[in-house]
Amino acid sequence: MKNFLKIFSLIVLFSLLSFITQAAEKVEYLKTDWSFKGLFGKFDRAALQRGYQVYTEVCSSCHSMKYLSYRNLSEKGGPEFTIDQAKVIAASFEVKDGPNSDGEMFTRPGRLSDKFVMPYDNVQAAQAANGGAYPPDMSVLVKARGGGVDYIYSLLQGYEDPPPGVTLDDGVYYNKYMYGNKIKMANQLSDGLVEYSDGTTATIEQMSKDVTTFLMWSAEPHLESRHQMGFKAILYLIILTILVYFSMKKIWSRIETKV
Amino acid sequence: MSDHDYTPKSKFGKWFNDRLPLLTLANHLTDYPTPKNLNYWWTFGGILTFCLITQIVTGLVLAMHYIAHADMAFDSVEHIMRDVNYGWLIRYIHANGASMFFLAVYIHIFRSLFYGSYKAPREIIWIIGIIIYLLMMAAAFLGYVLPWGQMSFWGATVITNLFSAIPLVGEGIVTWLWGGYSVDNPTLTRFFTLHYLIPFLILGLVVLHIWALHVPGNNNPVGIDIKKPSKDTVPFHPYIVIKDGFALLMFMIVFAFFVFYTPNILGHADNYIEANPLVTPAHIVPEWYLLPFYAILRSVPDKLLGVIAMLSAILILAALPWLDTSKIRSAVFRPLYRQFYWILVADVLILGYVGAMPAEGLYLLVARVATAYYFLHFLVILPVLGWREKTLPIPLSITEPILGGSPNLATAKNKESLNN
Repeated sequence: MKNFLKIFSLIVLFSLLSFITQAAEKVEYLKTDWSFKGLFGKFDRAALQRGYQVYTEVCSSCHSMKYLSYRNLSEKGGPEFTIDQAKVIAASFEVKDGPNSDGEMFTRPGRLSDKFVMPYDNVQAAQAANGGAYPPDMSVLVKARGGGVDYIYSLLQGYEDPPPGVTLDDGVYYNKYMYGNKIKMANQLSDGLVEYSDGTTATIEQMSKDVTTFLMWSAEPHLESRHQMGFKAILYLIILTILVYFSMKKIWSRIETKV
Repeated sequence: MSDHDYTPKSKFGKWFNDRLPLLTLANHLTDYPTPKNLNYWWTFGGILTFCLITQIVTGLVLAMHYIAHADMAFDSVEHIMRDVNYGWLIRYIHANGASMFFLAVYIHIFRSLFYGSYKAPREIIWIIGIIIYLLMMAAAFLGYVLPWGQMSFWGATVITNLFSAIPLVGEGIVTWLWGGYSVDNPTLTRFFTLHYLIPFLILGLVVLHIWALHVPGNNNPVGIDIKKPSKDTVPFHPYIVIKDGFALLMFMIVFAFFVFYTPNILGHADNYIEANPLVTPAHIVPEWYLLPFYAILRSVPDKLLGVIAMLSAILILAALPWLDTSKIRSAVFRPLYRQFYWILVADVLILGYVGAMPAEGLYLLVARVATAYYFLHFLVILPVLGWREKTLPIPLSITEPILGGSPNLATAKNKESLNN
C-alpha cells in the first residue's frame, strides 16, 4: 500500500507539474471571476447573451465565427435564446444562397441552420480591408491563445499610449498584453458603446467580460455537459475503486502477503 | 506451467478444444503463476493494455468523422467537437489518452530499469517492448499532425526534415516522405493511413510481448528466479486481476480528471490555429513525452550527428541487457546502482525540461551536460558497476527470508539442496 501511495502521488505530482508549467508561462493578466471555471462551472446565461450582442455589434464587422450556426444560440448550455429569438436573429442577416433553378445566386434571410455570416468573402479581402492583418476567426480563439480567457479579457482592456521611445507605424496600436506589445486592431471598446437590453451598464470591463465569456462558449460549446458528466464519472469511479479495494483486500487475505 | 494437462469439463468444450485450444489458453491465462510480491509498479502492464484498447476504440470512432484533407481536416475536427454526439468526449479521451499512454509507459520502462527486468532470460520481452515504444512515438507524432493545426504542420515539417540530414539521399527521402516539395495534402493522407495502421502493429507486438513474458514468467521486486507454481506465486486470477483492476481504476480517475476538467492543458494552444505554411510559430515544441529526445537532438550542433544522437538514445536501450553486466537484477540489492538509477531519472526529467525551453544560453549547456550523462550512464557506468559493485546478499525465495539465493534458479536450487 505504501508503494501504491508513492505511485499515486507521483501521478498527482505530474498533473500538478503540468499546471505549474502552464501557470509559469502566464504574464500577469487582469483577473476576474469566471463562472465557468471549477468542477461545477457553468456559463452565466445573461453574460453569454450580452456577449453575443457585443460580438454582433462590435467584433463581427471584422471577425468571423465560421464554426457557429444560428441554431447554436438556442442550444442547451449556450446563450439559450428561445428558438423564436434565434430565428429572429438568424433572419436579421442576409445569406447568400444558390444557385437557384435559373442558375442565379440570390440572397435570402438567414435560417437557424445557417453558419454565422462572414464579414469578408475571403482571407485576402479581410487582409486588404485591415492593413494586411487578418482578423482571426474567433470560433476557437480562446483555446488558440496561451493565456486563454484571461488573455483575451486583458487584451481588450490593455490599450495604452506607447511608452516613450516606442514608435508605432500607421495602423499599429500599443497594447500591454499583446505579444510584442504591437497590435493591428485599434481599441474597439468604449464605455456605453453598446446598449444592453437587460439594463446592465456597458463599461469596458463589463463588455470585455461578456464577450470573453461568449468566446469561451463558442470555443467549448459542450463545456457545461463536460463538467456535469465529469463529476458523475469521477464520483462513479471513486465509489467503484473503493468497492474494488475492499474486494481486493478480501481476496488477498487468503494468502499471507500484503497487497 | 501446468496448462498442458488441462481438459475442459463439457463434451463440447473438449471437442472444441481438441480442434482449437482456446480453452487451454484461457486456462493458462487464469492459472498463470505470478510472483505474489509484485508491487504496484507492476500494474502498469495492464494499464498500458487498457490505454492501447482505449486509443484504438476512440480512434475508430474519430476516423468515422475525420476528413484527411488539408482543406478540411481542421474543420472536421471542429465538426467532431461541436456536432458529433459526444464527439468532444471521444476526441478528448483520444488526445489525453496519448499522454496517459506515455505516462504509463515511462513508469513501466523505469520499473523495468529499477528491478532489472530486462536481464536474462527476459531480453526478448524487453526488445519487443522497445519496438513497441518506438512505434508508440511514431503513432503519437503522426496523430498529432492530423488536426492540421499550426503545431501539427510545423512539427511535421521539423521532424520530417530530420531525414534530410542523411548524406546524399536525404533530400530525396524527405521529398518521398512528403509526397511533394513541402508538407501538404499528400503528407496528411499518408500520415493518416500510417496512424491508423501502427496501433494494430502495436497490438500484435503486445501479444508477442505477453507471450514472451509467459515463458519465463514475471520478474519480481526481489529479482530472483522462483519455482512456479509454488508458495511464492499466486494464480493470475483472481489475485492479480483484482489488483491490476484496482490500480487501473485509480489511473482512470486521474485520466478522467484531465479529460473532463483540463482537456487542453497537455496540448499546445497553437494547434487550435489552422495550419498556415506562411506563418511559423514562435516556438515549435513537440508533445511533452518527446521532449527529452528533442533536447538531445538540439544539444548536438551538427544536424546529422544530432539525429544520430537522438536515435541512439532510444536504440541504446535495446542493448541494455548486455550493457548491464551485473548478475543481480533488482536494485534493492544493488546499493550503488540504486543511486545511479535515481540520477538517471533526474537526468531524463532535466532533459525533458530543457527540451521545452529555447535552445540557447544556460538551457543549451544543461541540455549538453544531461545528454552526455545519459550516454555515460548506459555506456560506462552500467558496465563498470556490474564488475565493481558490492551487492547485498539476496534471499533464496520470496516467502522465506533465508539469504544465499542467486538470480539464477539453477544455482539457487543447488544451494537449497546443499543447505538441506
